[in-house]
Amino acid sequence: MKGFARFVTSIACLIGTAISAYALEINTAVLRVDYPSLLPISRFDLTPDDIGFAGGVLADEDNQTTGNFMGMTFATRYVATSPEELDETLRGLLGDGIDLLVVMANAQDLLTVADQAGPDVLVLNATSRDMSVRDDQCRANLLHVAPSEMMLADAVMQFAIWKQWNEVFLIQGSNPTDQALGDAYRRAATKFGADIVEEREFEDTGGSRRTDTGHVLVQRQIPVFTQGAEDHDVIIAADNSDLFALYLPYHLWTPRPVMGSGGLRPVTMHAAHEAWGATQFQRRFEENSGRYVQEADYEVWLALRVIGEAVIRINQADPAALREYILSDAFELAAFKGRKVNFRPWNGQLRQPVLLTDSKLTVSVSPQDGFLHQVSTLDTLGLDQPESACTAFTQ
Amino acid sequence: MFKSSFAAAICFACTTLASPALANKVFVSNERGNTITVIDSDTWEVIEEFPGGNRPRGIGISPDGKFLYVCSSDDDTVRVFDTETYAELWTLPSGPDPELFTIHPSGDYLYIANEDDNLVTVVDTQSRTVVAEIPVGVEPEGMAISPDAAFVINTSETTNMAHFIDTADYQIKHNILVDQRPRYAVYTDDGSKLFVSSEIGGTVSVIDPLAANGPELTSKISFEVAGVQPEWLQPVGMRVTADNKWLFVALGPANRVAVIDVETLEVVDYILVGQRVWQMDFTPGQEFLITTNGNSNDVTVIDVDRQQAIKSIQVGEQPWGVAVTPD
Repeated sequence: MKGFARFVTSIACLIGTAISAYALEINTAVLRVDYPSLLPISRFDLTPDDIGFAGGVLADEDNQTTGNFMGMTFATRYVATSPEELDETLRGLLGDGIDLLVVMANAQDLLTVADQAGPDVLVLNATSRDMSVRDDQCRANLLHVAPSEMMLADAVMQFAIWKQWNEVFLIQGSNPTDQALGDAYRRAATKFGADIVEEREFEDTGGSRRTDTGHVLVQRQIPVFTQGAEDHDVIIAADNSDLFALYLPYHLWTPRPVMGSGGLRPVTMHAAHEAWGATQFQRRFEENSGRYVQEADYEVWLALRVIGEAVIRINQADPAALREYILSDAFELAAFKGRKVNFRPWNGQLRQPVLLTDSKLTVSVSPQDGFLHQVSTLDTLGLDQPESACTAFTQ
Repeated sequence: MFKSSFAAAICFACTTLASPALANKVFVSNERGNTITVIDSDTWEVIEEFPGGNRPRGIGISPDGKFLYVCSSDDDTVRVFDTETYAELWTLPSGPDPELFTIHPSGDYLYIANEDDNLVTVVDTQSRTVVAEIPVGVEPEGMAISPDAAFVINTSETTNMAHFIDTADYQIKHNILVDQRPRYAVYTDDGSKLFVSSEIGGTVSVIDPLAANGPELTSKISFEVAGVQPEWLQPVGMRVTADNKWLFVALGPANRVAVIDVETLEVVDYILVGQRVWQMDFTPGQEFLITTNGNSNDVTVIDVDRQQAIKSIQVGEQPWGVAVTPD
């Protein structure tokens, strides 16, 4: 109700505003694919029904506040679909003339969307961390607001090096997605000069998550699992399956800090982040949605802000013009990370700092001091141009 | 110097001042320490530290020098203190999370930016009531008033605009897009230029407020310091000398104050100060400029003529704003 009242006052204010206004309508859609999944280990990680969408609603408000001063109308549709119905849902959106799409989907579906939508539609990947869609499978009409797994792994590894925790014990899950994350940590170790002195695999034997007295078993299993490892400074967990990483802290055979999927985690946002004006973001989000922000909410907010900011600067809503501006040096955006974020023009990846959180506070922010790069220190995180197999952006 | 001692002498004659007659008081809000530090501008000694409410940030003094206004951001109020006794006199209704304000030259109104509610609140300092609430862009922050008091400027950090609010009817008459996260706005004393600092954009926008077809963005000043990563050059607080010759810009985590020739808009020098330099204020005769350094818990005193830092003074935890009593 309060949001409605505010909208009315904004419109009233527009009438008194002497800006040369001509109507520009920006029609976007947030398309979310909901996959079947097991419950998370922690109840704090339960997925709310409005995941992602709640961030979009806030971005719409933020864009529209500026839009009111500029004579622009931002309208966003929020559509959730199953993987089976994705094709049909997408056809419907494209049929309605939506040509700016923010997508929450896995890598495979993301490519399906980008390819079916075609070159006249700009697609923003809000949430997928998959490497291939930024590398050999990149698409010219697909930009990535989410950080890649390599960016996140590099953020963690830089912190380990800064702490001089050079000897790493890597534990990865047994599913392909965990192994891909493990690969990102192995590359990060090579890149920054850490030693992976021990690697173990935590096998996914199926079954449900631990409940009731599960901690009793965890307290006995994890020490045994981590026993007898080579001397190490830190444990890094590669656990995209959310199977074991949260069990590691305090249960290790040798007491060591844990990073990665448990302990100190790399994230785009968490609800306690307050630096650089983020408190205002958190308060606005919580007032709208009635809950704490999750990473996907922030990522959808950021994707819609990327579109909104570009529209506001060039006064156009044409996808090709927006893409050109977004990938240019002129584009910049404040994202509550203490410095501007912008895009790598050679693969459409958003450059961004990565927060490291213990799930209560922002412990640190990468890139760490002293990691330098000839283009931007943000390019010390993730795939760099010389090693990229992406050609869609140079053709 | 003559002017300041003369005024102080008159003041000495009419009141019984305990502090040295020549000095002005420098008030510094300590955001984390929840205190206000008082410094004597003659001896540059700390003479008092008193409670300033929760998270004191924006700070200013009434034109007559009697009242100190402090945005207690976490208390959602503006506290008013006696600049002589430091007693808290009353509070002003500020709207939620007040951060920065500007004062009407008459002293009758405060124009307050409410970061959380996308509003600028206008408060009557006599009746202590809210006169108007003006919807502006997202995360309003910087506040300035034109020398003729016709317009109040508000900058909104996520909307990235400078809004020109007409002080007669509280309507927004012009909006100018600037670079990312505009933090602070300041006019030259002759009203011919308006500067807006963009923290994340790393620039200061130069606006001609008197252009024929309404206010116009004329140029942008950017910064470069050898050995400092460009992303840490984050312009925040600003002050212009009364002769309209020099613009001083605090560069936040770059730990420097840039000195800009207002006529050519060239950066002529960078003065090294404390860490995370945030806001600044002149002494009344503009001999000195005091900067708050949030991460080194001190303030730096800059000799304005020589454009050199001459002293640093330890204050409370995380100093944010600074205001100096008039003569």
